[in-house]
Amino acid sequence: MAKRPGGTGDSWHGHFESKRVPEGVWMRCEGCQATLFRKQVEQNLNVCPECQHHFSVSAAERIAQLLDADTFEEWFADLRPADPLGFNDRRPYPERVRSEQERTGLNEAAVVGQGFIKGIRIVFGLTDSGFIMGSMGSVVGEKLTRAIEKATDQQLPLVIVSGSGGGARMHEGILSLMQMAKVSAALARHHEAGCLFVSVLTHPTMGGVAASFASLGDLILAEPKALIGFAGPKVIAQTVRVQLPTGFQRSEFLLEHGFIDRIVARKDLRSVLAQLIGYLSP
Amino acid sequence: MPSPNEYRLPFEAPIYEMEARLSEMEANYAKNKAVGDSSGFAEQIRRLRRELANLKRTIYANLEPWQTVQVSRHQNRPQSRDYLDLIFDQFVELHGDRAIGDDKAIITGLGHLGDEKVMFIGHQKGKNLTERTACNFGCAHPEGYRKALLKMRMAAKFRLPIITFIDTPGAYPGIAAEERGQAAIIAENLREMSVIPTPIVCVVIGEGGSGGALGIGVGDRVAMLEHAYYSVISPEGCATILWKSSEHAPKAADALKMTSRDLLRFGVIDEIVAEPLGAAHRDHREAAANLKSFLIHALRGLADLPREELLNRRYEKFRRMGQFLEESSA
Repeated sequence: MAKRPGGTGDSWHGHFESKRVPEGVWMRCEGCQATLFRKQVEQNLNVCPECQHHFSVSAAERIAQLLDADTFEEWFADLRPADPLGFNDRRPYPERVRSEQERTGLNEAAVVGQGFIKGIRIVFGLTDSGFIMGSMGSVVGEKLTRAIEKATDQQLPLVIVSGSGGGARMHEGILSLMQMAKVSAALARHHEAGCLFVSVLTHPTMGGVAASFASLGDLILAEPKALIGFAGPKVIAQTVRVQLPTGFQRSEFLLEHGFIDRIVARKDLRSVLAQLIGYLSP
Repeated sequence: MPSPNEYRLPFEAPIYEMEARLSEMEANYAKNKAVGDSSGFAEQIRRLRRELANLKRTIYANLEPWQTVQVSRHQNRPQSRDYLDLIFDQFVELHGDRAIGDDKAIITGLGHLGDEKVMFIGHQKGKNLTERTACNFGCAHPEGYRKALLKMRMAAKFRLPIITFIDTPGAYPGIAAEERGQAAIIAENLREMSVIPTPIVCVVIGEGGSGGALGIGVGDRVAMLEHAYYSVISPEGCATILWKSSEHAPKAADALKMTSRDLLRFGVIDEIVAEPLGAAHRDHREAAANLKSFLIHALRGLADLPREELLNRRYEKFRRMGQFLEESSA
């Protein structure tokens, strides 16, 4: 009997914990193995000064890096996850949510609102890969949809930075899958209203997030070497049983295959965004 | 229709046992009738037939979620191509995505549903090993989703309603699929299907495997056959993540709440289409008849809606999906 593709593997959730800058005065770069002075990495936007490896950044850091100082106004911050399935893996889902909230200081994986980027007013959203792998459940879907609807109503450009290794969140089952349709429908209206959407892909953007809003930008930018794709590399390796090509599903691979417009290093992201929005906004 | 042994689901053993007894009794009846002594048998046979129907009803009314998954994957379960023969008249298949190739995991074409001309889009898994290999077991590549989108756009141009049948373990997880933008094309289908200006009716007829299912699953009416499942992740995939082994798939199927009754409760589907006694694999014709009457009824309800109303309702339908907590109005 031939192997059943997608049957035994996890064709959906890449399981990619993105690594924050570790605690301590010194740290090792996971890119080049160099021993680095932690402060210096932080001052460099959490990029390794030796090899330019991009560590993941928190929601607050990302907002500080991209938007004009103190211009971000958060929307819908009081939305919190419910537990529609009564999901319990090794611990009940509400407990998992609480501990993620305590650890990250966020209510959920998505943060949305409005702000300015070099004086241009935009609607801004992100998914933080530190909160249940940045996965999309009902709250992430709802926050993004509301933000997109506001952008459509107010004819504002929209920027969403995604960091979602978890894709659609398993813990909320089918309702997570439906968020993909909901957010994409809101983007269809934003698109038809002639508004600009810039999607920025960061490490990692997989599964249901890659297969919905993250791939629907008028412009799609990516940080270097981010893992971006539909199925997780482990699942693909199990299915096709051949060695995956070097650099498979990295930003550079997607650029080569024609799926992203530009790879932009973190230090340039703010100015490139402002420049492109300037080109495409009235 | 007797099934070869390998198709028999473990929990159906009592059904097959009773069926064997019944056919033995029927054979005896025929033999004895020939020699003129059949009085007692006829009554016994009637009783056993009633018992058999009750047994099927009881077993199928109380399926565990994992057993539902097994039924949805049953090798004799009707697939898109079976329903094409039984539901639609004069079907003309249309191939290709005009970019990469023709993905056999998704069938597209024009047909008649009663008096109505429709565009059909449906996953196909294949019946035997050769077919299954050609169809990648119903796991479509980007060209399959692009083919579906292309045909849907054409349907809208010529004002034909669209019917989609969903039956896939998931979109194909492979190197070529990623190189050709699996995530990007599914995303595009979700966005485009939300605004395609013609009625769309979707039915999960077997497996509703995550993004690969949703990729042709955005519509004005979404239904499931009674013993289909629809899930964000396969039970095996979920079990591998949570409990480090796909052997725990039954536990995952339970946790994920993926049956038609669960989805109706969550407001994700509008309707459950009943299956014949003992599920669709026992009676393709009856399954097809139920599906056909659902489709005709669903299309009738959508036919007279003005375009804007149709699209607004479709938007609101998905807009409402999700459950979350929100502190009193901001």
